[in-house]
Amino acid sequence: MPDTLTQVVASEPSNRNGYRSFKLGRFELSRDEYFVTVHWPAKGARRSHQMPADAFLRACMRDVAWNFFYGWVNFDHVIGTRNRYGKVDFYAGTFNGTLKEAGVDYLEQFDSELVMATFKAILRDWVNEGFDPFAAPVETGSAFGHKNGDNIAAIERTRIGTTRMPGLPGDSPLRDDMPVNRAFADVAQDEPEIHAEPGFEGELHAFSLFKYLSRSDVTWNPSVTAVCKASLACPTTEEYILPVFHGNDRVEWFIQLSDEIVWEVADKNTGAPRARVTMKAGDVAAMPADIRHQGYSTKRSMLYVWENVTPGLPQRYESGELPPYPVEF
Amino acid sequence: MCECPAGNREGTPVSQVHTVFGSITDYAKGTIELVSGEARHYVFSNIFEVAARSKPYERVVVGKNLEYVQEVMRADGVSPWFACGHDEFALCMDGEIAVDFIKLETPPSADKNGAVLAGEQPVGARMGYVKLRRGHQVMLGAGNAYRFTATRLGVLLQQTMLGDLSVQKWREICYS
Repeated sequence: MPDTLTQVVASEPSNRNGYRSFKLGRFELSRDEYFVTVHWPAKGARRSHQMPADAFLRACMRDVAWNFFYGWVNFDHVIGTRNRYGKVDFYAGTFNGTLKEAGVDYLEQFDSELVMATFKAILRDWVNEGFDPFAAPVETGSAFGHKNGDNIAAIERTRIGTTRMPGLPGDSPLRDDMPVNRAFADVAQDEPEIHAEPGFEGELHAFSLFKYLSRSDVTWNPSVTAVCKASLACPTTEEYILPVFHGNDRVEWFIQLSDEIVWEVADKNTGAPRARVTMKAGDVAAMPADIRHQGYSTKRSMLYVWENVTPGLPQRYESGELPPYPVEF
Repeated sequence: MCECPAGNREGTPVSQVHTVFGSITDYAKGTIELVSGEARHYVFSNIFEVAARSKPYERVVVGKNLEYVQEVMRADGVSPWFACGHDEFALCMDGEIAVDFIKLETPPSADKNGAVLAGEQPVGARMGYVKLRRGHQVMLGAGNAYRFTATRLGVLLQQTMLGDLSVQKWREICYS
């Protein structure tokens, strides 16, 4: 979108560390060897917040890859985005109970294309050679230090959409040409046997989901593997920490396919802790529509994220038409 | 489970990798540590525990997102013939299960949500069969009848819609 790209406001590279700084509305974003700093105006003063550069880049990468996802993508306890589906709110402190109460928070709404273009420009400039923000920490180099090249291939992976199920003619591909991840070296690689009668060769379809997941080269980045009307199966492989606190604008479900993830669950609006949910293989749990969550996975694990993309759900939950909990019992 | 990183990009051996998948005879259920709110808000269950306590091919709902559901079935012996007016997807979480397919001459209406029974001898052409093991996902295409045969006791997780055969027993399966 050339019109939007021209609106990205970036400085010349710093003569001290080599990084550009960016402006998004009245927000100012800069990085140095270790930290990303965000400034914003509030209560007549210039406020600031810092977070580690690697954490910021991992969060920003997910926000871009997920197209701002469903609801809130909190980069940490202060800054983040809210998807308004066509518009995006970028905020500082708005969903932090203490900062909000103190009145030092700030939120500005933008066209989605501008935020996307700015974030992509940030990633292109701030991700150094050798650092892959999608990768688990033990599988990538350092995010820190002076400006040192780039890693365009890592940050611009093509996201492939699935319309029904991977492997069907014309649908998204399987991952047979990708290597098995080191953490899933013991996962069976056999495929289902398909015995179609003559004339039905193209109508029976099956694949090994676990093999497919064992070959994912990214973490915390769901891919659609089954579409039942507006119900999407979005499994993913998880290692280390979900780089964001995802705030739900609808109910989301998790099914732990392998190993274990611990979820920190907090209030969506204030960040106040609510629960720690430990999920083991075979466990099923809902993430209600009024919470935010962040997962921890020591051993790389397989997680089946289940989403409902029925249009209008955010408004129905926000208005109270739908309760935040999916089942009453 | 191995407690240490199982290899890295420098080539550390990966022989100690142990990926934990549950089974109907060997599973551990997680926990909820509450600060506020109630455990039931998380609708927390375990599919292996559900299958272990269910009748064969009882379609127990373990996830519900408005009209969409995830159902767990204990794959034990031969199932009835099922059919559905929309696509469904079954994931074999344990066991060995064959799925037979028939192209129905009179399929369920596309407006009908969820699976229905297709009778003892559905009328239509035999399409073939698929053999599943753990981790395999099969598409149960709209308008086709399908029947499961477990050659080894297993567990199926099925992505579908709430229908006539869906069984909801949340108090029995979830933390409250």
